[in-house]
Amino acid sequence: MSPPLLNVVERPSNVTLVPSSPSVDSSCQNVSGLRERNYMGLSDCSSVDSSAISGLSEENKSSLNLKATELRLGLPGSQSPERGSELCLLSPGKLDEKPLFPLLPSKDGICSSSQKAVVSGNKRGFSDAMDGFSEMKSAVFTEGNWMFPAAGSDSETTQSVAQGKFHVNPGLLSARSSPNSGVKPVSVKEHSGAYPGMTKEIVPPKPRPANETSHSQIGAANHNTSAPAAKAQVVGWPPIRSFRKNTLATTSKNNEEVDGKPGPGALFVKVSMDGAPYLRKVDLRTYSNYQELSSALEKMFSCFTIGQCGSHGPPGREMLSESKLRDLLHGSEYVLTYEDKDGDWMLVGDVPWEMFTDSCKRLRIMKSSDAIGLAPRAMEKCRKRN
Amino acid sequence: MAYSFPEEVLEHVFSFIQDDKDRNAVSLVCKSWYEIERWCRRRIFVGNCYAVSPRIVMRRFPELRSVSLKGKPHFADFNLVPEGWGGYVYPWISAMAEAYPWLEELRLKRMVVTDEALELISRSFKNFSVLVLSSCEGFTTDGLAAIAANCRNLRVLELWECEVDDRSGNWLSHFPESCTSLVSLSFPCLDGEVSFSALERLVSRCTNLRTLRLNNSVPLDKLPNLLRRAPQLVDLGTGAYTAELRPELYSKLGDAFAGCKGLKSLSGFWEAVPSYLPATYSICAGIRSLNLSYATIQSPDLVKLIRQCPNLQRLWVLDYIEDCGLNALATTCKDLQELRVFPSDPFGVEANVSLTEQGLVSVSEGCPKLQSVLYFCRQMSNAALFTIARNRPNLTRFRLCIIEPRAPDYLTLQPLDAGFGAIVENCKDLQRLSLSGLLTDRVFEYIGTHAKKLEMLSIAFAGDSDLGLHHVLSGCNSLRKLEIRDCPFGDQALLANASKLETMRSLWMSSCSVSFEACKLLGQKMPSLNVEVIDERGSPESRPESLPIDKLYIYRTIAGPRCDMPSFVWNMGERSALRFS
Repeated sequence: MSPPLLNVVERPSNVTLVPSSPSVDSSCQNVSGLRERNYMGLSDCSSVDSSAISGLSEENKSSLNLKATELRLGLPGSQSPERGSELCLLSPGKLDEKPLFPLLPSKDGICSSSQKAVVSGNKRGFSDAMDGFSEMKSAVFTEGNWMFPAAGSDSETTQSVAQGKFHVNPGLLSARSSPNSGVKPVSVKEHSGAYPGMTKEIVPPKPRPANETSHSQIGAANHNTSAPAAKAQVVGWPPIRSFRKNTLATTSKNNEEVDGKPGPGALFVKVSMDGAPYLRKVDLRTYSNYQELSSALEKMFSCFTIGQCGSHGPPGREMLSESKLRDLLHGSEYVLTYEDKDGDWMLVGDVPWEMFTDSCKRLRIMKSSDAIGLAPRAMEKCRKRN
Repeated sequence: MAYSFPEEVLEHVFSFIQDDKDRNAVSLVCKSWYEIERWCRRRIFVGNCYAVSPRIVMRRFPELRSVSLKGKPHFADFNLVPEGWGGYVYPWISAMAEAYPWLEELRLKRMVVTDEALELISRSFKNFSVLVLSSCEGFTTDGLAAIAANCRNLRVLELWECEVDDRSGNWLSHFPESCTSLVSLSFPCLDGEVSFSALERLVSRCTNLRTLRLNNSVPLDKLPNLLRRAPQLVDLGTGAYTAELRPELYSKLGDAFAGCKGLKSLSGFWEAVPSYLPATYSICAGIRSLNLSYATIQSPDLVKLIRQCPNLQRLWVLDYIEDCGLNALATTCKDLQELRVFPSDPFGVEANVSLTEQGLVSVSEGCPKLQSVLYFCRQMSNAALFTIARNRPNLTRFRLCIIEPRAPDYLTLQPLDAGFGAIVENCKDLQRLSLSGLLTDRVFEYIGTHAKKLEMLSIAFAGDSDLGLHHVLSGCNSLRKLEIRDCPFGDQALLANASKLETMRSLWMSSCSVSFEACKLLGQKMPSLNVEVIDERGSPESRPESLPIDKLYIYRTIAGPRCDMPSFVWNMGERSALRFS
C-alpha cells in the first residue's frame, strides 16, 4: 500500500457537538446496561435506536461515536483525568473490565481548552487537531471554490462555529483564513510524518484477561456472553430490503426453526388513518404489547387529528393534538383495527399480542362510526366512554 | 453554417446515438444541433423525479417514447425515509397523457404509483408496451388489471420488489384472449394467488414470451405445464419450489426443463427443497444467471447445483453457501461477473453459518472476471481486503456489509481503513462502494485520493470528524450519489463543499451532526439545490438551531422547491425561509 497522497491530520473534531453534560450523562446511564456488546467498550448507544427520538440522544450518539473512533495512543491502561462527562461510560474503574479495543478512546479527552499535551509522544490535543485541520484547509482549498468557514484553531462548539464564522458574500460562501493559520503546509507534514510511527503503535496486544473476552467477542461477532438473545435493532441495519426481510421471516417460520429464538427481523405493517393524506409504517416487533403500539400510533398520527396536515404549526399545537388524539382514540371517535391473514378486519386488542403480530397484515385507524359493523365491542366502547 | 448537413441527415445520424450522455453532448454542440436533437430524442432517464418538472421535460423533448423515473432516495429501501415523503408519479402521468399520447415505455423506481395512475396509463397511451415498476408502492392488483385489460400491445410487465395490495381480483384474467404480445411477465413480489388457468392460457398464446417470473403462490406441480407451453423461455422465475417427493412430478419437471433449451436465467425457488433441484440439471450448462437468494438450501446441495453451471455469470445466494460453497464456485464458474451473498439470519446474535471473509477471497482468486460484489458477512480483515484488491483490480462495484456496525479487523482489531484503501487504490474503475466495519477518517482520505471514478458511495457508522466527509466531497471527482447514516459528520465539511453538491445528483445524511442552522444557510445560499430537512419529531424551529437535525436530503434541481412535501419535510430555500419568520 502506498502511503496516502494527502498528508492530512486525522483528528476528530468536536466542533459539531454541543456539550450538554447532564443529559448526556443520564442518557449514557440509560444505555450503560448494554455496554458489554460494543467492541469499543462503549455501549452501542447508536445501535439501540437510531431513529432518534430526541435531539439529545443524537448528540449522545455522535459524541460517543467520536470518542469511540478517535485514534488514541495512550499507553495501555493510561487514562486521562480530563475525560469529561461525555464519556461517562468509561469511568476508570470500568476500563479494566472491558474487553479493550487497543484504540480505546478515553485517554485524553477531547478537551475544550487548547491543550497541546502529548500523553505518549504522539497524542494530539484538540487544538492541534483544529490547527492541522485549518492549516490543511488553507493549503488545499486555495484553488477550489469550496468555501471554508474559518473554524479557528481553538476548539469551538457548533454554536460558535455556526454562528460566528459564516461570512456570506453574495453568491458564494467566502473563505476566511483562521486567525493563526496562514498557509502552513510544513506543519501538516509534520503531523503526518508522525503517522507511520503511530500506525505501528496501534497494534495490540493488550495484556489483560480481557483478551479472551475480546477474542470471543470478535471471533464470532457475538458480543453478548450474558446479554439477551435478541439485540436491540437499529432501523435499517443491516441494509436489507423489506421484501427480503419479510420473506425470510415467513420462510423461517415455516421451517419452524424457532428454538426459542425471538422472531426474526422486523415486521413492518402499514398504518392508515381515515382522513389522513398518507399512511405510515410501523415495525410491530419493536413493541411488546398493545399499550406500546397504541401510544406510538398516537404520537405518529397526532398531527392529523385536527386537520393540521401540511401546515407547520407551532409546537404548542402538536402537544395539543397529541392529547386530543389520545382522547379521540380512547374515546368515541376512532378505533384501531387490523387486517388479518384471511383478509378480515378485526378490532385490535381481542387476541393475545403474539397472535396479533403473527396475523396482522395492516392496521387502520378508522372512525368508530365505520367500525360499527365490525363488532359489537365498538359500540360498547363508545357507550362506555361517553 | 454553409457546410452543415441538412436537418434530416443530422437527425438520421443522431438516431444511432442512444446513450444519454452522448445525446447530452450532442445537444451542447450548437443551437441547431440542440434543436434537432431535442426533437428526435425518444428516451429519457430522470434519476431524480424532483430534479426537473414534467412541464420542463415536455417543453424540451416533445417526442418522447420512453421515460424512466426514479423517486425516493436509495435509503428508502431500508425504511429510513418516512412514508409520505413523496415520489408520486401521478402528476407525471397526467402531464404525459397530454404531451405524449404515443408514449410506449415507462420505467419507475421507488415511486408511489396509485391505481389511478395505472388506470390513466392504460387509457392514455395507445401504443403502450413496457411497464417496469421497481420498488414501487401504492397500488393494488386492480391497477394491474387495468393495465392488463387496456394495453393492447403490452410486451413487458415487470414488478420488482413492489408493495402491492392484493385484492385477489384475478388481474391476470384481465388480459384479453386477443393478447399475444407479451414478451416479459414478472410478478414475484405479489402475495396473492393468480388464476392458473388464465396464466396457462396466457403463456400458451404469447409465443414470444421470453421472461416469466412467477410468485410464491404458483405451486410446483403447475410448473411443468407452464414450461411445456413456453419452450422458448430465456428467463424463468419459478413459483414455490417445494412439494413432497413424488417421482412422477419429478420426472415431469425434469422433462419440462429439458424442453426449454434456451433458458439462461433461473430465479424464484421459493421455499426450495433440495430433492427437486436436480430437475434443472439438464439446462444448467446454459445458465448465466442464478438467483437462489430466497432458497434456504444448505451448502452441499447448493454446491451440487452450482457445479452444473460452469457458464454462470451472476449468482445471488444466501449465506448458507458458506465458505466451502464459495470455494466450489471459484473452481467451477470462471466466467462469474457478479456475486451477491445475502444473510439468512441478519438479526441473529451469533453466526448461524460458516461464512467468513474467506469465501469472498476465494472467489476473488478464482474468478478473473468478477466485477460486482455484494457481500454480507460477520467478520472481515484488512488482509483479506488487501488480497481481494490485489486479485481483482477490475472490480466496479464493491458493497461489503459487515453485520455488526463498527466491527474492526477481527485479526488485528484495527480499523478497516487500510483494507478499503487498498480496494479504492487498486480498483481504479470502481463506480460503487459501500463501506462497513470500523472506519476512521483515514479511509475517507484514501477514498478521496484514489476513488476518482466513484459515482455512488454508501457510508454507515464510520468516520471521526468532518474531515472524513470533506475528503470525500473534495476528492471524489465523479461522485453523483452520496448516502450517509450515523456518522459524526457535521456542518463544516458540508458548507465548505457546498458547490460540490451542485455537481451531484443527491446527498442523504441521517443521524449525523448537521445543524438546522447550517441547513438553512445551505438552502438559502444554494438556490439550485433543494435542501430538505426531514424530521418526524416536529419542526426543527422548535429546538435550538445548533442541534442536529434528523435527516437531510439535498439534491440539485431546476424545478425549485417541490409542492408535495408532507408536514415532516421542510425546504430550506429562500422562499421557504419566509415561513419561519
